[in-house]
Amino acid sequence: MREAQHADDAMISLTVNGRSHRVEAAPETPLLYVLRDDLGLDGAKFGCGLGQCGACTVVVDGRAVLSCLTPVAVLEGRAVTTVEGLGSPEAPGPLQAAFIAENAAQCGYCIAGMVMRAHALLSANPHPDEAEIRAAMALNLCRCGTHMRILAAIRRAAARRIAGAAP
Amino acid sequence: MSGPLLSRRTLVVGGALLVGAGLREAALPGAARAAGAAGLPGSLARHPRIDAWIRIGPDGGVTVLTGKSELGQGLRTALIQVAAEELGLAPETLALVTSDTALTPDEGYTAGSHSMQDSATAIRHAAAAARAALAEAAGRRLGLDPAGLSVRGGAVLAPDGRRLPVRDLVAEAALAVAAPAEAPLRDPAAYAVVGRALPRVDIPAKVAGGPAFIQDFRAPGMVHARVVRPPRAGARLADLDAASVAARPGVIRVHRDGDFLAVVAAREYDAVTAMRALAGAARWEGGARLPDPATLFDALAELPAERTLIHEAGADAPAPAGRTVRARYRRHYQMHASIGPSCAVAEFDGTHLTVRSHAQGMFPLRQAIAEMLGLAEARVRCIHHEGSGCYGHNGADDAAADAALLARALPGRPVRVQHTREQEHLWEPYGAAMLTDVSATLDAGGRIAAWDYTVRSPTHLTRPPRAGQLLPARSLAQPFAAPPPKALPQPEGGGDRNAIPLYRLPKARVTHDFVTAMPLRVSALRSLGAYMNVFSIESFLDELAEAAGADPVAFRLAHLDDARARAVVEEAAGRFGWGRALPRGRGAGFAFARYKNLAAYCALAVEVEVARESGRVRLVRAHAAVDAGQVINPHGIRDQIEGGVIQAMSWTLYEAVRFDADGLRSRDWSTYPIARFPDVPDRLDVHLLDRPGAPFLGAGEVAQGPTAAAIANAVRQAAGVRLRELPLRPEHVKAALGA
Repeated sequence: MREAQHADDAMISLTVNGRSHRVEAAPETPLLYVLRDDLGLDGAKFGCGLGQCGACTVVVDGRAVLSCLTPVAVLEGRAVTTVEGLGSPEAPGPLQAAFIAENAAQCGYCIAGMVMRAHALLSANPHPDEAEIRAAMALNLCRCGTHMRILAAIRRAAARRIAGAAP
Repeated sequence: MSGPLLSRRTLVVGGALLVGAGLREAALPGAARAAGAAGLPGSLARHPRIDAWIRIGPDGGVTVLTGKSELGQGLRTALIQVAAEELGLAPETLALVTSDTALTPDEGYTAGSHSMQDSATAIRHAAAAARAALAEAAGRRLGLDPAGLSVRGGAVLAPDGRRLPVRDLVAEAALAVAAPAEAPLRDPAAYAVVGRALPRVDIPAKVAGGPAFIQDFRAPGMVHARVVRPPRAGARLADLDAASVAARPGVIRVHRDGDFLAVVAAREYDAVTAMRALAGAARWEGGARLPDPATLFDALAELPAERTLIHEAGADAPAPAGRTVRARYRRHYQMHASIGPSCAVAEFDGTHLTVRSHAQGMFPLRQAIAEMLGLAEARVRCIHHEGSGCYGHNGADDAAADAALLARALPGRPVRVQHTREQEHLWEPYGAAMLTDVSATLDAGGRIAAWDYTVRSPTHLTRPPRAGQLLPARSLAQPFAAPPPKALPQPEGGGDRNAIPLYRLPKARVTHDFVTAMPLRVSALRSLGAYMNVFSIESFLDELAEAAGADPVAFRLAHLDDARARAVVEEAAGRFGWGRALPRGRGAGFAFARYKNLAAYCALAVEVEVARESGRVRLVRAHAAVDAGQVINPHGIRDQIEGGVIQAMSWTLYEAVRFDADGLRSRDWSTYPIARFPDVPDRLDVHLLDRPGAPFLGAGEVAQGPTAAAIANAVRQAAGVRLRELPLRPEHVKAALGA
């Protein structure tokens, strides 16, 4: 029914968390809605739809991207990673485990975006100093005031990488 | 704690865990003592039955029920800890059901730092009573004195090694009865679960994309709605081209009822684009003019108000001689500004309505929605789902009302309403602009001899249970009027919350001018008037200390009799290293409050840095000392205090709602900036003074006021300027510095 109503819909190929998907959507549809509504990936959150808060942050080809502003059509052939790609509630990845260990969420609405921005940071710079962490995280807003815990979680994950890399 | 019954049970029902505990009568819980004096403790007074709080299934599985909600404050984890402790069960084996009008006790709102005092206290006593009931049932079965049995790990254990699983006792254990006034509580000295930093149970799903929020809720056949609000409050919908929007692909319905306007689509992004089209297809007229922000406080001073003298001491004593100091403090409108805009899902089956919402009170919400729709309350069920942190009355109730209206219009279809960022910023009820005037006289010894304080404020409570408190209900063709605002009475207070100082003041008057007008929509924002009153009182304490030539901490201690208050003041000062010299451009500030004068105690010492060129203030470090009574989860309290300090720092340094006569201008994060990562302190340390066995004291809002005052006091020391208006704007710092 909805296909008939959407003359401008296109079939778009997407790779999300290593899996290929074909979705039917208007090309300008922001990635956020495709992730949440078509692929059932709820990690990325709607926070502003304006690119101002970072709750929708995902990683595309290694870089943090705001999925609320990114049209799905520009993602053909690129690798999208969401927080679900780093682990699950039952088997969290190392960065997620660091957030759990530090109690780095109060309401937690911003947290998936925080995890993804931190993931992009640590992928590009495995040993950031405090100023680099704060600068990298500056775009993502938290209203509960969980900042100190989030910073501790990122430091913990970075330290673990150092420890893991040691001979 | 007079009953030998209680001490006997405390000793033996707890079994091996509590050997010898009965010998320590003096250490028995204060909460139990209070219960004996004042009937059933906490929310048990309203819902006395054990099975209102604790239910045991045929399989022996235990479900804990609470009328409170998880708002990101760690409530689920803390309540599970309390129940697990008393039931002798591992926390991970317990299920917890939070606020649901069909299942849980009605505990009103999750607000006011009441959850531990009300709900945790009730659950603690109900769980202890349930444990005793299981032991009684097992005792009958085994022919043993229940006093000799212990309950642990899902079974009742006898000294002879016999073991009866809880599931075998369910039918016989008397849980459908009122809890006894003195439940056989475990000895806090033997706590194994309460007091531990149990990891938050809800975080794994939140960091890994598991379903966690109302925004993630889906139901088969669910449709997506967006509302279109007027350009300003009170504007009327003069003209609408609904047909052009209804013809858009994917649109199921354009809904108009008076000035309430919404669009529903099968797919979410279609609803988003249709909402934009609908906004363009609507022409609005009129609407309320707002006050001129340049003269906001002059106008506030002139608005009609109801005056109440809320505290008076030494009225007959003559006015003392000595130096009198006066000051006026101001606070601008500030907002909750939740990161996730409000959302709700509702479904109407033609008879019954189910509303899923992140609002703070499901029972008051049900009442308001039932009134709005003309449905019997019994036909409306409200179920709490987590949302983004709310910090008070934000847009959640309004979103629930939007969803209810649209669900009624589309029976059989679950309707999901998601507000936009702009709608959340523009339509949430703000924290009120306020004025305080204070004067005090110092005696020859530099002590406060007389104190006169007036707080002038609009209401801090416009929540449901009335339909007129739901924004969309005011726009319907048959509208509901907003009820006249009401003041919240002391001792908790609303605008006058924490207006009465805890300090020793031989002659004192405290007056509340309750402003009945409401030029901007306002309601409860974390700590209500306490943020402003503590800012005023604690700033003024420093002004008086300065006039008296006294150290601010010593000056406070010289006026404080409460031993627990003194303890947090001394702890914060000591941990901070109060009195040590700081680099040029930096200053130290101190503040203290006991939230509502009846919940947690908090003292805060901070160091700030003032940039002379820009006037920008940065919080460098902070030490908070907190006494919240018996600690349930130390990390839970630490996180509430850390979050409170950072949020209040953001309010204090950056936040004021922008508006002009034509309307509100704070519509997003660029027009209402809040703290970001580079702004948060280098270090923030929270020191807990645990009080094993003492009643739980709510700590979720206690840091707000002290943070504002401590920062202002530190700015005074760093830059030599006294700022009396919140937020502490850089231009005011700069102007005062003469830069």
